[in-house]
Amino acid sequence: MQEATQQFAIRVKDLVVGFGRQIVIDHLSLDVRRGEILGLVGASGGGKTVLMRTIIGLIPRQGGEIEVMGKAIGRSEDRSTQSAAGRWGILFQQGALFSSLTVRQNIQFPLRENLVLSQALMDEIATAKLEMVGLLPEDGDKFPSELSGGMTKRVALARALALDPAIVFLDEPTSGLDPIAAGEFDALIKTLQKTLGLTVFMVTHDLASLYTECDRVAALADGKIVAIGPMRELLQSEHPWVRAYFHGKRSQMLQPKAS
Amino acid sequence: MASPPLLTATPAGDVLELRPGGSWTSANVTTLEALSDTVTGQLDGSKCVKLDMAGVRELDTLGAWLLEKMSRRAASTGHPTEVVGVADNYAGLIEEVRRVNRRNPVPVPTLNPVVARVNDVGRFAVGSREDIGIFLRMLGSLFLALVGVLRRPRSLRVTSLVYQLYKVGFQAIPIIALITFLIGAIIAQQGFFHFRKFGADSYVVDMVGILVLRELGVLIVAIMVAGRSGSAYTAELGSMKMREEIDALSTMGLDPVEVLILPRIIALIFALPILSFIGSMAALYGGGLVAQFYGDMGPAIYIARLHDAVSVTSFKVGIIKAPFMALAIGIVACSEGLRVKGSAESLGKQTTTSVVKSIFLVIVLDGLFAVFFASIGM
Repeated sequence: MQEATQQFAIRVKDLVVGFGRQIVIDHLSLDVRRGEILGLVGASGGGKTVLMRTIIGLIPRQGGEIEVMGKAIGRSEDRSTQSAAGRWGILFQQGALFSSLTVRQNIQFPLRENLVLSQALMDEIATAKLEMVGLLPEDGDKFPSELSGGMTKRVALARALALDPAIVFLDEPTSGLDPIAAGEFDALIKTLQKTLGLTVFMVTHDLASLYTECDRVAALADGKIVAIGPMRELLQSEHPWVRAYFHGKRSQMLQPKAS
Repeated sequence: MASPPLLTATPAGDVLELRPGGSWTSANVTTLEALSDTVTGQLDGSKCVKLDMAGVRELDTLGAWLLEKMSRRAASTGHPTEVVGVADNYAGLIEEVRRVNRRNPVPVPTLNPVVARVNDVGRFAVGSREDIGIFLRMLGSLFLALVGVLRRPRSLRVTSLVYQLYKVGFQAIPIIALITFLIGAIIAQQGFFHFRKFGADSYVVDMVGILVLRELGVLIVAIMVAGRSGSAYTAELGSMKMREEIDALSTMGLDPVEVLILPRIIALIFALPILSFIGSMAALYGGGLVAQFYGDMGPAIYIARLHDAVSVTSFKVGIIKAPFMALAIGIVACSEGLRVKGSAESLGKQTTTSVVKSIFLVIVLDGLFAVFFASIGM
């Protein structure tokens, strides 16, 4: 057990989540290894984001167990999940930056709320994070409404990394970005994952990200993980939905380059 | 697993040897900051600094930055600095941190406060000229749309007009009647309370009647309609603008003013006089109830006094203002709605602006009418 705890960052066992009578996640089990980038694919409305939000405790579950960095996540909706806040950072789809705060204050927010440290050090840390995500120190004085889509995602990533979490959850990090910006963002995630030793759990539809970035890919269909493994194994999968996803017309266009 | 952070500074001749140890992570930041502050003095005093990181168990960006800051401080005074014992898994992080915070952000030039104040006033003045321009342009395009509708009556959106009339007129009746009823009652009560001292009880009816019919009935109702229906217009049109519905209408060759705005403003122009009438009646009724139960004046006397005190002129003076106020409210509400930009914040801001501006305009109009009626002797 101890060994397993060392090896896995997230363990999900027999998870059941539903709204009313509709079951979205149906006895799903999934292990995420420490230090890997796991990509989660699935149909639109198929429960990818629901799975992610359940793991981070935003959606109550009906059954099953979730363990993050060796600690069980409570079932209730109370704020007990807060104690885990330092262990994970979340990049929401639209960035979810606080619009009334500047970029620098947004990055400092988790530091200010969770730690006791001087304003000078907080400013230095915020600037360091800004530069690590590839922005300029001057950008720290801007407000979220003045940022482009790519910059918003970068600032949101900097905020997610403010407390140096062990795990980062990314919800469609490259959606809404042009291919160049998306490629740069993928490279950034890969670099940060290496330097900071992060575990990355990424929900995405971007085939290019899956090919270039993810160590393993999990496919979610019918509320279960139907296939999991490195990209080349998934391409061999016999499951009809997985075949349709990776061997459809749009995917075929990308295949020659990837293989 | 997490061990408390340590920092030992051993001076050996000219060399100051720093040995950080334990967990240099965010969780221990308070201790870490104190630790690094204690050695700052020694750093400045020593000739050569050696940083031995072999004892560091855990390291994150924050810890790495504090260590980097120490070696940078030593280096800035011109002393050679040596960093040894970096664990392989942290080498990348140390490298990364070494590159950040190298230059200070370019300070944003700040204006002299006096200049900034003058600047604000100037911008506000130019902005209000623009507001008048927008108001007149909307009035013009509304007139053009009206001419178009008069030439081709079939192009009037009857369904929309009736629906808006139902919303801003019919649905507003209960709340308008309640508020004006209460205001009529309060005015009468205050009148009886104070006029009694002079034995002038009977003149309370004159006051209530003239005040309500000439001024308050229409003014209160117009302010309430601006807050209730004007803000709804701004929010509706604003969210349509945000979702590009208005652009879609234009590309289909339709005039948004004719399709969306004309029915709304016509509905308001019909609704406000009716609501003012209902409001005035409710206020007079409220005054009458107070007269009976508080002023010891029966309904028969109240009505007889009212008959003497007010004439049709008083009623006309009040009600004639209503359509103009409705037009002002409608134009402000609709043009503010069209000024909404892409974000939800701007929708909220524009809605607030719309209510403030239309209430202001209603009161200004009321003042202008007062001057007008006084000069023609009504």
